[in-house]
Amino acid sequence: MIGFISYLVNGISLGSVYAIIALGYTMVYGIAKMLNFAHGDVIMIGAFVVFSTVSGAGLPPVVGVLISVVACTLLGMAIERIAYKPLRKASKLAVLITAIGVSYFLQNVALLIYGANTKSFTSVVAIEPISLMDGSLVISGETIVTVIACIIIMIGLMTFMKYSKSGRAMLAVSEDSGAAQLMGVNVNSTIALTFAIGSALAAIAGVLLCSSYPSLTPYTGSMPGIKAFVAAVFGGIGSIPGAFIGGILLGVIEILGKAYISSQLADAIVFAVLIIVLLVKPTGLLGRQIQEKV
Amino acid sequence: MKTKTRSLSKTTRSNLITYGMVVAAYIIVEIFLRAGMVSSLLEGLLVPLCMYVILAVSLNLTVGISGELSLGHAGFMCVGAFTSAFFSRCMETAIPVSGIRFFLAILIGTVCAALFGILIGIPVLRLKGDYLAIVTLAFGEIIKNVVNVVYLGRDSRGFHVSTKDSISLGLEQGGDVIIKGPQGITGTPNDSTFLIGVILILVTLFIVMNLINSRTGRAVMAIRDNRIAAESVGINVTKYKLLAFSVSAALAGTAGVLYAHNLSTLQAQPKNFGYNMSITILVFVVLGGIGNIRGSVIAAVVLTLLPELLRSLNDYRMLIYAVILIATMIFTSSPGGQEIQERIKLFFKHRKTKEA
Amino acid sequence: MKKALSLLLVGAMTLSLAACGGNGDSASTDSAAEESTTTEETEAADSEGGEAFKIGGIGPITGGTAIYGTAVQNGIQIAVDEINAAGGINGYQIDYNFQDDEGDSEKAINAYNTLKDWGMQVLVGAVTSAPCIAVAEETRNDNMFQITPSGTAVECVQYPNALRMCFSDPTQGTESAKYIGENGMATKVAVIYDSSDVYSTGIYEAFAAEAANQPFEVVSVEAFTADSKTDFSVQVQKSKEAGADLLFMPFYYTEASLVLAECDKQGYEPTFFGCDGMDGILGVENFDVALAEGLTFLAPFVAKSEDEMVQNFVTKYEEAYGETPNQFAADAYDSVYVVKAAIEAAGATPDMSVSDLCDAMMGAMSSVTYDGVTGKSITWTDGEPNKAPLVVQVSGGEYTEL
Repeated sequence: MIGFISYLVNGISLGSVYAIIALGYTMVYGIAKMLNFAHGDVIMIGAFVVFSTVSGAGLPPVVGVLISVVACTLLGMAIERIAYKPLRKASKLAVLITAIGVSYFLQNVALLIYGANTKSFTSVVAIEPISLMDGSLVISGETIVTVIACIIIMIGLMTFMKYSKSGRAMLAVSEDSGAAQLMGVNVNSTIALTFAIGSALAAIAGVLLCSSYPSLTPYTGSMPGIKAFVAAVFGGIGSIPGAFIGGILLGVIEILGKAYISSQLADAIVFAVLIIVLLVKPTGLLGRQIQEKV
Repeated sequence: MKTKTRSLSKTTRSNLITYGMVVAAYIIVEIFLRAGMVSSLLEGLLVPLCMYVILAVSLNLTVGISGELSLGHAGFMCVGAFTSAFFSRCMETAIPVSGIRFFLAILIGTVCAALFGILIGIPVLRLKGDYLAIVTLAFGEIIKNVVNVVYLGRDSRGFHVSTKDSISLGLEQGGDVIIKGPQGITGTPNDSTFLIGVILILVTLFIVMNLINSRTGRAVMAIRDNRIAAESVGINVTKYKLLAFSVSAALAGTAGVLYAHNLSTLQAQPKNFGYNMSITILVFVVLGGIGNIRGSVIAAVVLTLLPELLRSLNDYRMLIYAVILIATMIFTSSPGGQEIQERIKLFFKHRKTKEA
Repeated sequence: MKKALSLLLVGAMTLSLAACGGNGDSASTDSAAEESTTTEETEAADSEGGEAFKIGGIGPITGGTAIYGTAVQNGIQIAVDEINAAGGINGYQIDYNFQDDEGDSEKAINAYNTLKDWGMQVLVGAVTSAPCIAVAEETRNDNMFQITPSGTAVECVQYPNALRMCFSDPTQGTESAKYIGENGMATKVAVIYDSSDVYSTGIYEAFAAEAANQPFEVVSVEAFTADSKTDFSVQVQKSKEAGADLLFMPFYYTEASLVLAECDKQGYEPTFFGCDGMDGILGVENFDVALAEGLTFLAPFVAKSEDEMVQNFVTKYEEAYGETPNQFAADAYDSVYVVKAAIEAAGATPDMSVSDLCDAMMGAMSSVTYDGVTGKSITWTDGEPNKAPLVVQVSGGEYTEL
């Protein structure tokens, strides 16, 4: 029983990392309607910035994280301006391919700057782990911080979308960008803002990912990025609470699948569950059913 | 009536140009090969080029003609590669004539991939857009993951399968482990040749282009453009979608057979059968023009050669590749880029009329 | 628009084909690849009118396995520079060219063909097992002398023209099991391995087979894959629950650093036993070396060794690349010297054909006894080096030889 609870805790810990990445993913998808395959690599850049500033230059972790958030925000906006904005009216596939190009680009830039060697990331979380039931169940500080950060970000995003002017502009753009423009919403700056927020979240996700799993290479972001994409789809892409739930569930399924079914087939299990969920609910757990108009 | 015949002849002409292009490329390369003027690099790339062309054309059937974004194309390729390599390994002594053996291997790989296409297509094609994309990606990853844990050996008592390791197969002395988990299948006969590759390209083109210009193809495109309208005129949506999807999967399987019989080792790694490969093929299709078969052929050739030609740039190779990819997309798909293209076209037209 | 695009693409294709053809015309010299050849020795070679041994290297320098390829590339470079500075082999300089294979079999063949166009006579590579098996098939067809610094799978050296510098997977697995058993290091052993990796499964299989003859029991076997190697909590917890007092980790140090961190997190303190892929764990930038305290593994090479050759190599490597060389770099360095020894023993010259050179070198290999940084008096049988592994333990944040 303790074993099970312990797996569950580890699952939530992994899931919260997926969730925090998925929040950024789903946000960009919901508004810009594009699969940003480069999101995982922005996460990697965010982690490298913290690595350079905290472990390299010796700045306090908080400052490092702030610098990373600013750097990723600027990076995200630059990517949007240079690579995605010219393709606003192009087919979705063209944008997808460009995003893949950006992903390759970021990976190779990091490879040239930092080299291929693994870096060990020092956790920025200074909270002591909580030990329950005579030490048979340990909840690490990183897990606590990630879960809390996740919930705060989720609530923050939902509030922002609902009550702030720019948030409602985002909702309007996601609903119908043409109509939103007619109503006086500046679609371009709204999408730029979305990328800024999404990339800032990526920086935070990168820091928390590498704090929990302290190894950093130029390819660190790509697999968690794909998993987070899966999580976002799982919860219903475009839905903010959906991304949270999807991420947590994905982490828990991955860990429990490894623990009780087969550690060799962990990936297959995760993807099989995803397929089953989508077949039952074709737009994800919390996705909206879009009625097709004739 | 008149317009119809004219448009028909136009497509036929266009198709003939595409076939002609492939044949001409084959003849030119063959002449250069005979003259010994082809570098080893290009010689080694000939079969992979054929493989990528088949993959791109077949994916264009799903993405361009049927309008479904599939990110699991490499999964079908994996099925074709492993089933055919398994067959060839088992039959290497039983069928010593490589031509017959390879022909059967191609059939087996293609049919198995088609079966997987149907099996996966039935549930998947109920989904739409990005949900469909992610489920195809998921299936591709499952196939890769499962292949990686299969151990299959043969001894005098028959076949033994395990998902743990080769020891638990319990083979007799002298037993042969054919599929060895992550190490896959080694020692597949190198039966793929450029000629067979080109023939397979022509067959692929023939199947895909005829499909597009047939009643079936028009039904598929009608579904792509407006599913509800197509349904209302009595088109069986599931049937046609599934047909296009499984033909596409089957051809990917054919490409997998070429792949497996070109290298002596076959492993299912993220690099060759993971979503990365599916995305690489998708890049060919999009860059070549969605729904444009000839474009797929050209894009597959150019983009496969590009990273190899950039080898002299060493560390900057993949970086430059990424920049070229982004720049091409912006040039071909953005309003600004299209304007430049228009201007170039106008410039040439202008000159032509002047000359005339 | 479509027309314009296809026109553009056709143009690009013609150009690229032409470029390829061009390479073929002048296959022997000044192709594009030659320009990429690193540093001075090219000039040195040119001044002698191309009278040089052309050694090629293949390995991943981009992609997820780039760490190993880069180490090999650097290791070869050090050896080549040394040999050239000392007057070359039989008086001939070495030309060296390294090509990227991204860790992929198909790309490895492309890399091999590129090197062939450049005029390669001897191959040092490939770095990882799967590409190495694929390339071995090609070198056999061309009958080219091949020595892989780090391709551990059995099939890498299945043909008579190929050798390896490192231990094979079965050797390592068996030796590890024997060492643990003979020294009574444990009674219950847990194994975690990478089920998607050839190297890792190869060692695991041999280990499991030998474990049956040893006085310990394997109580838990857990796997991970290339796609899910972020989280190791389950594997570690299972090992802990099984009550294992030794954890066998046949995989590379990148993942090992995560496993060690996870063990620390769960308060699990078994004896850690690794494989030669662990060499380098202390070099992981910013790694808390205390986590690896007591980690034992069999390796061919210890950078701390007082051996003169090792020290010379380590100093040069550190000067050039700012990091301590790992066993990949060391095996690569030795590989070049083995090539040198074979050429000298055969009395070969660069004007020999690839195949003749290979036959001459292979013929001479039986008389070669090599002293290098990864072992002394090494001889080869059937392509496998006969060298005794060193037992290395991490203590006080340093590798020490037991």
